[in-house]
Amino acid sequence: MNGVHDMGGMHGMGPVQAEKNEPVFHAPWEARVYAITRAIGAWRKWNIDTGRHYIELIAPADYLRMSYYEKWHVRMVELLLKTGLITRSELETGKPEPGSAKLTPALRPEQVAALALNRNIASSHDPKIPPRFKVGQRVRARNINPLGHTRLPRYARGKTGKVDRDHGVYNFPDTAAHDLGPKRQHVYSVRFAARELWGEQASPHDSVYIDMWDDYLERA
Amino acid sequence: MDTSRRGFLAAIGSVAQGSADMIEQQPDHEHQLVPSDLTLRVKALESLLVEKGLVDPAALDALVDTYEHKVGPRNGAKVVARAWADSAFKRRLLSDAGPAIAELGFLGTQGEHMVVVENTPKVHHMVVCTLCSCYPWPVLGLPPVWYKSSAYRSRAVIDPRGVLKEFGLDLPSDVEVRVWDSTAELRYLVLPERPAGTESLNEEALAALVTRNSMIGVAQVKYPRTEGDA
Repeated sequence: MNGVHDMGGMHGMGPVQAEKNEPVFHAPWEARVYAITRAIGAWRKWNIDTGRHYIELIAPADYLRMSYYEKWHVRMVELLLKTGLITRSELETGKPEPGSAKLTPALRPEQVAALALNRNIASSHDPKIPPRFKVGQRVRARNINPLGHTRLPRYARGKTGKVDRDHGVYNFPDTAAHDLGPKRQHVYSVRFAARELWGEQASPHDSVYIDMWDDYLERA
Repeated sequence: MDTSRRGFLAAIGSVAQGSADMIEQQPDHEHQLVPSDLTLRVKALESLLVEKGLVDPAALDALVDTYEHKVGPRNGAKVVARAWADSAFKRRLLSDAGPAIAELGFLGTQGEHMVVVENTPKVHHMVVCTLCSCYPWPVLGLPPVWYKSSAYRSRAVIDPRGVLKEFGLDLPSDVEVRVWDSTAELRYLVLPERPAGTESLNEEALAALVTRNSMIGVAQVKYPRTEGDA
């Protein structure tokens, strides 16, 4: 969707303001929202793409006004309700429905350390799914404007670049976010010259590398 | 496909609607507003989820403790220092970062698919996520507010040199700037240039020089390290 979250190239957002000695969380509620989101994620009721989409669904004015973890809070409540993990009356009363059985949490404390840091090398290799493009090939990002979730940023649509590397096979966010299947396909880093994206004002030396799924690309 | 905004936020109504009387300015949150009752709402939600058996409060405590104290840029700094000290490790890291980082035990959530890009006197890399806040958690920890800000996300791709200047890095015009927009599941770590004069330092001393910002690509590593550099 062409939401306000798709910010690459926008003007008017002001200078970048870095905070000195910034804490990991700015308030205890932020830490709890982060942790609850992770712990609920272990139930696997939604995938990462759906999670991202539910942040994007926050109306533009609210999206810009809310702090980062406030958006996480909105997303979590919406997804808890959508997936039926909680009911609206439970949310309103703060109490489980009378007579409902107590569940066993999906994430145990002793699992946390190995989730955060481990030596598990993930494979994105899948010989059954051939790449549609080759490293070095010139490609154009398709001009698509889906109403649903996409990871093809607006600033790249219709622009021509070159496949820099093939990262292997990944789920396709545009379908995965909407429970329409993983539609696994190759992801590439595509190099776009800064001048192709932004015109003559950009440095002739600079470039932006964007990760692109097969379905975002066409031959150029 | 559920893409309608109609009714979205309705469940938490007052966050989005009719809340003007209970929001207050939070100067730390760059022009953003936070409802003062969020603490209470989150407490109520946590207690409901605990009572239902959906979350274990001890697991929540472990998550907070892990990301406040065990996962952070010191991990990435060890990767960088190893690469500076060990050229064979550096080759492995740049050709296939996952197995190399696994040697140090720094893979994990949001660092499953790592790519490391090397800064040189002629090429400068910097990393952004224009669409959300993708960031390599196991090596850098959770991202700072500025990385997730509208300002950084909007400008890093169109005006990288302007952004770098705000971070105090004024690159010569003949240096090539490469910006990596993390739109997929790949997570990028910048291998900064090893500063001159550090030939005699061991890995631990090298790691102490490496800042978070240098591994995002908005700073260079300095020797000696400047007090207060993030």
